[in-house]
Amino acid sequence: MIEVENKYQSYAAAKRRTRIGNSIFDLIIYIILGFLVVATIYPFWNTIAISLNDGLDSLKGGITLWPRKFTWRNYQDLFQTTRIRDAGVISVSRTILQTVLSVFCTTMLAYALSRKEFIIRKPLTTILVISMYVNAGLIPGYMLIKNLGLVGKYSVYIIPALVDIFNFILVRTYIKGLPDSFVESARIDGANEFTIYANIIMPLIIPSIAMIALFTAVGAWNSWFDTYLYASDKPKLHSLQYVLMSILQQSQNQNMSAADAGSMALAAGAGSTVGKATPIAIRSAITIVATLPILVVYPLVQKYFVVGMTIGGVKE
Amino acid sequence: MKNKNDSSSATVSVAPGLISKKNNWSILGKQKLLILMSLPFVLYIILFRYVPLLGWSMAFQDYKPYKSFTDQTWVGFKWFFQLFSEKEFLISLRNTVAMSLISTALGYITAILVAIFLNEVRQVGIKRFVQTVSYLPHFLSWVIVTGLVANVLSVEDGILNSILLALGAIKEPIQWLAVQKYFWHIIGWTYVWKEVGWNTIIYLGAMTAIDPCLYEAAQIDGCGRLRKIWHITLPGIKPTIIIMMIMSAGHILDANFEMPYLLQNGLIQDVAQTIDIYVLKYGFKLSRYGLATAAGIFKNVVNILLLILANQLAKRSGEERLI
Repeated sequence: MIEVENKYQSYAAAKRRTRIGNSIFDLIIYIILGFLVVATIYPFWNTIAISLNDGLDSLKGGITLWPRKFTWRNYQDLFQTTRIRDAGVISVSRTILQTVLSVFCTTMLAYALSRKEFIIRKPLTTILVISMYVNAGLIPGYMLIKNLGLVGKYSVYIIPALVDIFNFILVRTYIKGLPDSFVESARIDGANEFTIYANIIMPLIIPSIAMIALFTAVGAWNSWFDTYLYASDKPKLHSLQYVLMSILQQSQNQNMSAADAGSMALAAGAGSTVGKATPIAIRSAITIVATLPILVVYPLVQKYFVVGMTIGGVKE
Repeated sequence: MKNKNDSSSATVSVAPGLISKKNNWSILGKQKLLILMSLPFVLYIILFRYVPLLGWSMAFQDYKPYKSFTDQTWVGFKWFFQLFSEKEFLISLRNTVAMSLISTALGYITAILVAIFLNEVRQVGIKRFVQTVSYLPHFLSWVIVTGLVANVLSVEDGILNSILLALGAIKEPIQWLAVQKYFWHIIGWTYVWKEVGWNTIIYLGAMTAIDPCLYEAAQIDGCGRLRKIWHITLPGIKPTIIIMMIMSAGHILDANFEMPYLLQNGLIQDVAQTIDIYVLKYGFKLSRYGLATAAGIFKNVVNILLLILANQLAKRSGEERLI
């Protein structure tokens, strides 16, 4: 009897131990993940607070979570500057154009090369896949763009980015996962390949289209290096990210002090009324403006991430 | 049984082995629309990805832009020898490898740890929230990220200096971005900050594929959570870890051009200049096309060789592989 009781007691004690162990384990996990969340959000939060704070007041420092002297002034100044407005138009238009064209071209190519009966499918696919590992490098790439006459033209943002091979593989894998019967029945009804692609396949692959549209749009919106290489001497073609980059670089090169970079950049735009706009305020406001579109689109497409990532990870 | 290979061309009902060359051409003739939908883009890729390879000739010439191709003087491997006798290039090579290895190693360890932690969270709401927040920085440009990093590390009002001062760990603010010994750390942790959430996706995906019976069996055998992680979760995602390692082997000399380029300044150039920045400097600012192209070729050839090597190693040890 006693033995059984002892056994039971030690069993209960062990169970209690694991329960305590479990909650300590959970606590540690929550602390670490909580730190991750705070460390991710804080820099934005702080930047938003500074961008909504009076410029001169921000120079005193000490703004952390909330603005001290709330104002929309920094954003008003920003949008009154021609340079920023022009850059915004360039960024928005190139993002939309590049995304629409790239989605159209990439999905069409993916459809054609997903047809098993297409007899030159294999060699064409091989050429495409190998190109992912081929990288001629910066200088030869630049020479090509120059020889094509694209340097200093708006089209340099669009033409080199029509087809992305990673996206192509993603969409093609998705199409291959669809039942053949869709295509076959359409064919029996006399539809040609293009009609099948546009009317049957397109609506079926919306999740993968959402994925590649997101990737392309984010890439287009975020790019500044193409502006730097091909259009830095054409202020009309400067994108928002490029303008932000040059402002940040200027302030960093002046020994990381909050130098006059922001107001210099603004003064460069004609007819600006720079009153209380200070560099730190302007920098923060541009950073938020350049981030906002992503923050808005992001929740809409988030549910497709995992689908896209797992498909993208499938072996060739 | 219907032959899947030519189910579209209903006219062709011969056994596959009997299809002659001539027949192939006639099938191709019927697939004009498919050709029209694919071939132009393949030619496009050839133009933009393969044709620039011709530019590699510049690395073996004393290239002058105003001369035609046939008039260029050939110099053999002169630029390659010069590269390796130059201290600046060797330093760039060292920096590239160091930053790559640090970022990759930190990136792996943190992503796997965070994925394991997320996998242990039972409340779906909390898990979803942490994931949503941590994926976000992946979609920001390096311009924005380096801007935020510069703010966090700022001498005047940066949160890092404020916290360390408040804790009494330092007496006066540190100029983090002006001291050489901190730069590689900053690069590594900035990479982690931007990508850790995103990098967990692939591991979390692999974890959902682990058979729940294994955990139940371990539970019955009296395994705690740590032992379950060690003996079930980690072995379960091992193939994924290896595939990701092979893929990153091909990028060791890339070292993420943008981040060091945007964070560098005159004071720390010795530790910040990578091969890409070297190519940019010599190719564009100083117009030394031959030298810059040679550096680019070296980088890309080494990357491909490392990728193949890693793939072979994985193959030999009987592990999952990429190609």
